[in-house]
Amino acid sequence: MSRTRIGPLASDAVTAPRLDVDALLADRSVGIVVCCGSGGVGKTTTAAALALRAAEQGRRVVVLTIDPARRLAQAMGIEKLDNTPRPVPDIAGGGSLDAMMLDMKRTFDEVVTSQASPEKARQILENPFYIALSSSFAGTQEYMAMEKLGQIHRKARQEHSYDLIVVDTPPSRSALDFLDAPERLSSFLDGRFIRILMAPARGPARLMTAGVSMITNALMKIIGAQVLRDMQIFVTAFDTLFGGFRARAEKTFALLQDDATAFVVVAAPEEDALREAAYFVERLSEDGMPLAGLVVNRASPPIGHELSAEEAGAASERLERSKPGSIAAGLLRLYADRTRMLTREGRLRARFAAAHPTVPTVVVRALPTDVHDLEGLREIGALLAGQQG
Amino acid sequence: MESDEARRAGWSGIRLHIVTGKGGTGKSTVAAALALALASSGRHVLLCEVEGRQGIARMFDVDPLPYAETRIARGLADQAGGAGTVHALHIDAESALLEYLSMYYKLGRAGRALDRFGVVEFATTIAPGVRDVLLTGKVYEAVQRNSRNRAAVTYDAVVLDAPPTGRITQFLNVNSELAGLAKVGPIKGQADTVMTLFRSPRTVVHLVTLLEEMPVQETADGITELRAADLPVGSVIVNLVRPRDLDADALDAACRGELDRGAIAADLTSAGVEVNDELLEELVEQGREHAERRGLEEEQHELVRRLGRPTYQLPLLAGGVDLGGLYELAETLKEQGLGR
Repeated sequence: MSRTRIGPLASDAVTAPRLDVDALLADRSVGIVVCCGSGGVGKTTTAAALALRAAEQGRRVVVLTIDPARRLAQAMGIEKLDNTPRPVPDIAGGGSLDAMMLDMKRTFDEVVTSQASPEKARQILENPFYIALSSSFAGTQEYMAMEKLGQIHRKARQEHSYDLIVVDTPPSRSALDFLDAPERLSSFLDGRFIRILMAPARGPARLMTAGVSMITNALMKIIGAQVLRDMQIFVTAFDTLFGGFRARAEKTFALLQDDATAFVVVAAPEEDALREAAYFVERLSEDGMPLAGLVVNRASPPIGHELSAEEAGAASERLERSKPGSIAAGLLRLYADRTRMLTREGRLRARFAAAHPTVPTVVVRALPTDVHDLEGLREIGALLAGQQG
Repeated sequence: MESDEARRAGWSGIRLHIVTGKGGTGKSTVAAALALALASSGRHVLLCEVEGRQGIARMFDVDPLPYAETRIARGLADQAGGAGTVHALHIDAESALLEYLSMYYKLGRAGRALDRFGVVEFATTIAPGVRDVLLTGKVYEAVQRNSRNRAAVTYDAVVLDAPPTGRITQFLNVNSELAGLAKVGPIKGQADTVMTLFRSPRTVVHLVTLLEEMPVQETADGITELRAADLPVGSVIVNLVRPRDLDADALDAACRGELDRGAIAADLTSAGVEVNDELLEELVEQGREHAERRGLEEEQHELVRRLGRPTYQLPLLAGGVDLGGLYELAETLKEQGLGR
């Protein structure tokens, strides 16, 4: 088997087609851009940079972030992001940018209040099981991110307020949770379990089958009578809302499958992050969701010289012996390490490209600092568009 | 002050090391290296993961782990050549629930029915907090087992590759997650028992960070949250530290763009490197960027020091971390006093 040598010079020559970010943002038929990927790869920053770049190219944009660092909000000139879109000041060009942050409990509460009668809504909002579900269940955030996206999209259509929505996704255990959680929640809401919970509330206890009472007894043992009671009250009060929830989740899912949506998968040149990205890319294609491409953040800066890591390392050792403490020896060691890192990153990307040859990719070099202002976001936007700074 | 004390006391009394860190900081790598470091002098260590990623299997290059303790490696040998063992356990909530039910309730048919009716799925994915009680409950069982489970291996220490910093307090604070929901009952009882261990002097939570703004900020926030929840904060482990290839004077010169090109070119030639302007430019520019990053790292390092916790450092391995790299990192931790 012949092995392609991927040296520092070849690291940008991976066979993947280039992701043309500017063409994507300029495409007026694209109304939603979803940024997804595993935690710690710069997903939120990428979302914000894409949104800013689109706005400065004349689009009217809103960016929905999930859990932004305080610094990112400040970089956009907003002290604290919340559930309402706030205009980002100092946008150049004719477009506009609003930014907001998902407040999952509030979003959940609003859905309840808008869908249920005031009395029923109060009953639900005060239920301990609901409070726990809406504020701490690990899938609620994914579900509510979808819900909020659906809301913004409907509103933008009615009011012609935005022509592009950029969405960041929750920092889940796995990037796939974003797609799976809503399905999980709605299959639960649909499931037999709910019917068991509702059985006592719906009819006299004597009508319960032996199986159901066995389940109820087992549950009582494990979680205790009080929790079971809270859950039953919640499920009963929530009953009329289930249908609506499911219908909306399905609508949002369909929205994501629409050609007006583009998924941007974000990763870092690390094995774990690229593996997650690969899962996600495969999953998107299984679900018929439109993938725009892959962004590989935090890449080592490319090297424009042919000296190999081995040569540099050996020269550095020779120098260290003949002239201890030589600056040149240190520089050569740095060079050797960087070359090794580049080779490794190049290999990882090549492996991804070999398995997913049609996924357009853009590589963004690591910046020494975090983003502090709009200028920093612009710089990242330019790198995303392939303009090496 | 606090840091010196903790260092002197050492970590030898610790039975449960919980390792957290922001996404991308390499907490799983650090947890694995810590397990290897602890498993010397014949000590037995259990390394647990709870996020369903099978990261341990990949790092140690073994088959995906089942819900059963599996011996995966020999620990780091000490000077006398005595190595311990590292077992690994992949904890998933569903298996933990079924095991729990069979251990405590002997639910034969009912247990299976629970599964069929979607109750197991409900309890492990939807029911708020129950999932974490199940995951932490299994960790608790592994730490406390000697009194109850004679057949199983007894471990000298357990290392938990825990959820990331942003969720760690919520994850460990199983009590409050259930508060307002289960005020009484077996789940609540289980949560209370687990919390007693987590808050005891036998447990510490280590935080992994990089010398970058966001991870350091998140580490500081994480420590504040852990303290507010009365959970024991251990050390801060700085991962992926850039090599110290240039001394302070050279860094200074590089930053100001005043590296002596003539001297560098002469040195390169003497070492047999063919010098041209291009290469010289590359090396000098790279030196400047390195110096800039080192300066920023130093600022962050100062912030880490101000956190007042014992701090350990692990180098960035340019070739990535393979099994050999894990032992290398384990050795580094040990040299610095963690894992003794």
